[in-house]
Amino acid sequence: MEISSAFSSGRLTVYLKGELDHHASRLLIHDLDELLDEYLPRDCALNLSGLSFMDSSGIAVIIRLSRRMKALGGRVWIENPAKQPYRVIDASGIDRIVPVAISR
Amino acid sequence: MKVQNYIKLEFPSLSANEAFARTAAAAFAAQLDPTLDELGDIKTAVSEAVTNSIVHAYPDCIGRISMKMRIIDENILEISVKDWGKGIENIEQAMTPLFTTGGEERSGMGFSIMGSFTDKLRVRSNPGKGTTVTMQRGLRSRRRGI
Repeated sequence: MEISSAFSSGRLTVYLKGELDHHASRLLIHDLDELLDEYLPRDCALNLSGLSFMDSSGIAVIIRLSRRMKALGGRVWIENPAKQPYRVIDASGIDRIVPVAISR
Repeated sequence: MKVQNYIKLEFPSLSANEAFARTAAAAFAAQLDPTLDELGDIKTAVSEAVTNSIVHAYPDCIGRISMKMRIIDENILEISVKDWGKGIENIEQAMTPLFTTGGEERSGMGFSIMGSFTDKLRVRSNPGKGTTVTMQRGLRSRRRGI
């Protein structure tokens, strides 16, 4: 899995590409922590448009990110999830805690 | 019940094998001409079952995981993931959404997702001896024959 990010006017956007499973999530948790510590963003968007696969390990990552953004007093949302990740997000009900924004 | 085809795989509980297991499952399912959504559901369910064995059955060691798949009654895919790890004391509790003993890395949604993405889910476990998760998923797609 590849991680890239962009930061401008208080908003951190994190782009995930490839497959997010338990194996990949350990590295992602570490990288997300580093990004949050560095930028202390007001808003954080997790862009999943390039993610071809995600299982419940991704749900754990999203829950953790949501907790950390809450502690920072900021907002977090999921942006443009690809089809399979969206099915997992929908089945888990995580979208009741972290909103999903779709623009396409 | 008629078994048309089957495979058996065995691999060590290394997290790098999560991707291998779900890709192998999708490759075996391909002969049933599934839709992309069906393939995604199968990969997700297999990833959850194999990850459970890696994380929970063998928390402090590398153990053996066996995955069997078979095609029964023309269009039903049955997947069985077996380990010889520490087992589950309370299956009902383990299957409760959001319950996890895996800490912050896990969401507690694994069994819920296996249940949502398959038609049948059966979990058998003996504490100290291991766990077998069996899932069945009917594929609506036309079968082209083997």
